[in-house]
Amino acid sequence: MLFRRRQPRHSALRVAGFLLPAAMLVAAPKVDFNRDIRPVLSDNCFACHGPDASKVKGGLRLDDRDRALQPAKSGKVALVPGKPEASELIFRIQTADADDRMPPAESHKTLTPAQKDLLRRWIAEGAEYKGHWAYAKPARIDAPPGPAAVDFFVGRRLAEAGIKPAPEADRRTLLRRLSWDLSGLPPTPEEIAAFENDPSPDAYERRVEALLASPRYGERMALPWLDAVRFADTIGYHSDTPRNIWPYRDYVIRAFNRNMPFDQFTREQLAGDLLPNPTLDQKVASGFNRLLLTTEEGGAQARDYEARYLTDRVRAVGSVWLGQTIGCAQCHDHKFDPITSRDFYSMGAFFADVSEAIVGAREPGMPVPDDDQSVVLALHERDVAALQREWDGPHPGLSNRFENWQDAERARILADALWVAPKAASATSAEGAELRIRDDASILVAGKNPERDTYVVRFTNGIPHLAGLQVEVLPDDSLPSKGPGRAGNGNFVLTELTVRVESPSAPARTLNLRNPRASIEQASHVDTNPYGRWSAASAVDGDTRGETAGWAILPQVGRPQRLRVTTERVESLAPDDALVVELRQRHGDGHNLGRFRIQWTGDSGLADAAVAESAPAEIASLLRTPPGALDDAGRSRLFEYYKETDPQLAPLRQRLAAARKAKSDFEATLPRTLVTMRADAPRVVRILPRGNWMIETGEEVAPALPAFLAPQRTAPARLTRLDLADWIVSPENPLTARVIVNRVWRQFFGTGLSKVADDFGAQGEPPSHPELLDWLACEFRDSGWDLKHLVRLIVLSGTYRQDSKASRELMARDPDNRLLARQGRWRIEAELVRDQALSLGGLLVADIGGPSAKPYQPPGYWENLNFPVRDYDASPGAQQYRRGLYTWWQRSYVHPSLLAFDAPTREECAAERNRSNIPQQALVLLNDPSYVEAARGFAVRILKAPATEGDAARADWAWRQVLGRAPSASERKTVLALLEKHRSEFRSDPESAGRFLKMGATPPPPDLDAASLAAWTDVARALLSLHETLTRS
Amino acid sequence: MSPIQELLQARQQRQTRRVFLGQASQGLGALALASLLRPDAVRAATSGSDHWEGVVNPMHFAPKARRVIWLTQAGGPSHLETFDPKPKLAEMHGQPMPDSFTKGRQIAQLQGQKLLCYGPQLKFQKFGRNGIELCELFPQIGSVADEICWIRSMTTEAINHDPAHMFMNTGSQIAGRPSMGSWLTYGLGSDARNLPGFVVLTSLGRGGQNQPIAARQWAPGFLPSRFQGVHLRGKGDPVLYLGNPDGITRSRQKDVVDTVNRLNREHDAVVDDPEIATRITQYEMAFQMQASVPELMDLSAEPRSILELYGCQPGDGSFASNCLLARRLAERGVRFIQLYHKDWDHHGGVKQGVEFKAQEVDRAAMALITDLRQRDLLRDTLIVWAGEFGRTPMSQGGDGRDHHNAGFTVWMCGGGARPGTVYGATDELGYAAVENPIDVHDLHATMLRLLGIEHTRLSVKFQGLDARLTGIAGRVVPELMT
Repeated sequence: MLFRRRQPRHSALRVAGFLLPAAMLVAAPKVDFNRDIRPVLSDNCFACHGPDASKVKGGLRLDDRDRALQPAKSGKVALVPGKPEASELIFRIQTADADDRMPPAESHKTLTPAQKDLLRRWIAEGAEYKGHWAYAKPARIDAPPGPAAVDFFVGRRLAEAGIKPAPEADRRTLLRRLSWDLSGLPPTPEEIAAFENDPSPDAYERRVEALLASPRYGERMALPWLDAVRFADTIGYHSDTPRNIWPYRDYVIRAFNRNMPFDQFTREQLAGDLLPNPTLDQKVASGFNRLLLTTEEGGAQARDYEARYLTDRVRAVGSVWLGQTIGCAQCHDHKFDPITSRDFYSMGAFFADVSEAIVGAREPGMPVPDDDQSVVLALHERDVAALQREWDGPHPGLSNRFENWQDAERARILADALWVAPKAASATSAEGAELRIRDDASILVAGKNPERDTYVVRFTNGIPHLAGLQVEVLPDDSLPSKGPGRAGNGNFVLTELTVRVESPSAPARTLNLRNPRASIEQASHVDTNPYGRWSAASAVDGDTRGETAGWAILPQVGRPQRLRVTTERVESLAPDDALVVELRQRHGDGHNLGRFRIQWTGDSGLADAAVAESAPAEIASLLRTPPGALDDAGRSRLFEYYKETDPQLAPLRQRLAAARKAKSDFEATLPRTLVTMRADAPRVVRILPRGNWMIETGEEVAPALPAFLAPQRTAPARLTRLDLADWIVSPENPLTARVIVNRVWRQFFGTGLSKVADDFGAQGEPPSHPELLDWLACEFRDSGWDLKHLVRLIVLSGTYRQDSKASRELMARDPDNRLLARQGRWRIEAELVRDQALSLGGLLVADIGGPSAKPYQPPGYWENLNFPVRDYDASPGAQQYRRGLYTWWQRSYVHPSLLAFDAPTREECAAERNRSNIPQQALVLLNDPSYVEAARGFAVRILKAPATEGDAARADWAWRQVLGRAPSASERKTVLALLEKHRSEFRSDPESAGRFLKMGATPPPPDLDAASLAAWTDVARALLSLHETLTRS
Repeated sequence: MSPIQELLQARQQRQTRRVFLGQASQGLGALALASLLRPDAVRAATSGSDHWEGVVNPMHFAPKARRVIWLTQAGGPSHLETFDPKPKLAEMHGQPMPDSFTKGRQIAQLQGQKLLCYGPQLKFQKFGRNGIELCELFPQIGSVADEICWIRSMTTEAINHDPAHMFMNTGSQIAGRPSMGSWLTYGLGSDARNLPGFVVLTSLGRGGQNQPIAARQWAPGFLPSRFQGVHLRGKGDPVLYLGNPDGITRSRQKDVVDTVNRLNREHDAVVDDPEIATRITQYEMAFQMQASVPELMDLSAEPRSILELYGCQPGDGSFASNCLLARRLAERGVRFIQLYHKDWDHHGGVKQGVEFKAQEVDRAAMALITDLRQRDLLRDTLIVWAGEFGRTPMSQGGDGRDHHNAGFTVWMCGGGARPGTVYGATDELGYAAVENPIDVHDLHATMLRLLGIEHTRLSVKFQGLDARLTGIAGRVVPELMT
């Protein structure tokens, strides 16, 4: 065995494999531009001689044949078809002169001899260009129908290369592979046995159908999609606070399980809100547009983040549907692909109508009731609707009461207008608040808000007669809850109001005030208020009943209110007398006035008139309009206002309000999700030179499709996200069907047909089997974007069913398996590592969907999060044992057990994941409480397995559960050795066995021998950590 | 011989034997060859190996520094109360900030407010032979001022904490790019055998201005996960999941690991998969880290004189303790050690805030320099002291300063940084870098140059581009190097 490895795996051939694109593994008779030449030109030349118009050097462009055949600035011609020796390009790549050599030294690019040879041959053969493969519409060439087509194209390449495909994998391997790929869970030993012993010719097909029909299928398919669209539970930037979005994840799972046509899936996500009469699900789907990173950071500038959000969304469309690195065109025209900055910002303009806070907390989102909740909600809606109908009338007598009310109000307004509001000469605060006298004679308070304060307002305007005065308190946007008070709820308590006359010739005298009234007096719920309410009277009682009682107005804050008093007798004042009004506010907690105005009258009739709550300014203005001059809208506004205050309708009004409240209270218990809502006016989108948001001079752009893919449509109206979605799934778009087929292919072979899943541009890799990719893309599209059909074509093919073992020769010849002479093998995804452990441990809860779950997490892992500081509370009960897919996705701190296995942070769209092999994975598998608990659960199952007696039989049973096969004799011996050693250790050390078995929230059954259970738990830990256990092959 | 040394020796022997027998299928030779021949040898790195030697091989230049200790002063230190004296600003205190300084510049929380000059709140004095003027609250750093390379003309693109950290760490404000520590371990590998090559430590100061720091700041981005920074935590397991389950002794854990590896080897004999050898190595590495990390974190073996030099107590979680840990990590060959000291975000109370910070940072930074020097490690260890941005010369709320990106101070020491130099300057009010401004890409390019790397040649193909730490910019600043 020692010498087995001496055969080099990294032989010269393997190294050659590194160097050559997949397509070159087979000798090609004629040079193919797309396969052989474009990648070389793109990587080595386009940065200076490519599509970015601003960077072209020497007047030479090599991305366009017509231009490449023209003389450059130097007068030399780069390409002379048929004549390599006359072509400047060939001279430049071969010269030893450092000044002339291309690519230049500072690019750190060098051409290999093979590449130089290719360029020479290409020019000799006529220097033909072809359009970039991905921008030509996929074409279907003749092939046998169904899955055989896959084998036809793969087989043809293999035959050319003289390589035989691998034999079909054994049934155990095949079913394990199929189960991992379609459900994300391994099959049970019983399922494997049934399949192994099934002689029917459609045995395999039936397994495929069963798995496609399982709800696990939707969960499995959702994994790569959620990476692609960057689904996460938190906003991402800075405070990385939660947002409501998990219903979107459930929508994705449902869509895959229902096999929703992919074109519809696309439309619903990009523009579900724009579909006619969108369903709840379609609105949930539109949450796609809200998945991006957002910020709540103080000091973040809206325009900065507006630009970030735009670029984020454009990158997402590029990555998810187009396989294009459009993001590069944020700052300049694309260096390698024909994407301009204008294309970039025009694409961004499609999303300018998404209504959202740019900086700040996300809104809670739309309620998303489940089926039961929908029933309850419908009952609430029925109640509200019935009462609403009743409210809508008719109501006998209402119009008469309305007319009477108008008459009374008009008279009152006329009377009120006779009050005078002179501007104060001065207004001061005893505690240093700022009192500003405004042009409308009102006084606005700003600056510090002391616990208690006393305002003194002095008038020297020479009022001849004084019969009464009123304090009008007014709302203002600068005040908390719009005022009129300065307390957080907009309230105040005026505890004492005094008026005195100061005369140069006589001592000051304080006026006696009587008949205090107010437009509203707040009810009191405290026994300490001697008046039983916050009354006007308590503000003019000379504080005889305590200084803290006074006038307050809750809940009628945010609108004008008045307190009115009459003087004991009509006072006559001399012209140089001053009136000094003192407003004391001794309640505390900053319950001070925020904006108020003091008015006077010398007319005792006016002074004694009742005081009503002032109508809002809008209503008052309508009432001031002569009735004949009122238009219909004005009249109906007045009527609506009155109806809301009509005393006879009060009971009905209260019932309607109660029903509405019951409905909204119920809605508050519903899950919510962010959806796309259309803003009234789309944001203006400009081309940002160099991507700099501070430059506001760029040209304004409207939504438009990328010019290089779609001939610029002249649309009569502004294009919408729905137009974008329609185009994405239209036959005119050559990219999307290929991009999706390629990503799905990756799920079943480990690598896409084009290896770079998110770049179908010039810098990506041309597909290894272009005709197969095209055939599948056409088939996918023509089937009505039927994903399950696509999956069937792949998994039913012989290519998929091959063994994954490779001979040394094949490894050397095709190390990356680009020719598909075998299946791939790889470590399963992070979430599936968890699912498998929970499943073997008998802990996995099979529920689908719902709020994200929080598996155990090391304490303090979130210590560097703030605003607010957060504790992590592991989910209780069944929620603790959910599939990895449902794990709470905290973007700045993804759950560490998932992160260790390459789960992405989902800050950016990811078309593929790394597959790393790092020590943290061992630490998770061996030490994470979730895995220890799962191992113990598995040990319980081993010990309780029916009809299993003795260590060896148990070991075999366990082995079959994990790997679906019996252990070899020596494998059995190895685990039994561990078992026996640890069992005897735990026997003599029961205390540590006890501590070990306490791990996790689910206690083990008490009837099992602790030492035995602990020892089997260690065996289970080992089995869960095996390479084979973690590998899909 | 201690158990750890025993382990180390056994491991070394094992490796030697395997290489000799040609068993290191994914070993150094193959990887180095692959990386030479294929610049994007990332895939090879993904599959892991016994040890990663880095893609920069041979070095582009003779390196002056072999490792970096980056002291991130998170929150954005005020250069005006630390290392950039501005007497003119004191004269202008309370007067309107002239428009000519601020026009067309980014402003954070002071958007739309009246901008008033706010004089430096602390006194400055001259330090060292070169008479470098620093705030008097930093006498310890002052005592080594002649060994430090001062950059008073630093600028950055971002003005909010999160994107600014991202930009300082990855050269991009878009998430998903590798942090500089990841770039370095990818480029150079690490000399640390039983520790990660990129280690992060965090501490919080007394003022409690606790701006969040996301794990993306030490994420590997599009590089393989093995290059991620590992956060060594002050509380709980220093590395996540490092501790054995309750009741599992080290020897029991070893039994389990040995069982897994034995079974994996047997399986390899059947399926012949190079990934299995890698996995076996990773399990061994994990098991060794379970011993080596606690040993590293245990400061109780440090002599009293050293604890006094730094001014820390074992286990106090302070910036000073982290500086001492940084030295221990440097000794063990870790390539990139990044400390985050939070609490520099002084929107209010900047005077009191910097007084606190000075107490926490001044002695510790001096001690780190001194201690490295006395162990002959300062020569090839580059220390960088930098916030994610600076603070405005204008006041915020009467006694604080807002975020500021047009000019601030950072410093470097050791590892080929030119000692006793003051490079660049801000204008007379400390607003914008006007003399020799340098940006984040320049700082990165210069750091890489000191490490022997030409920054334009350390690149990885990502989304069709040759992605680099320095983006498409970056200029090596020769005046910053010896």
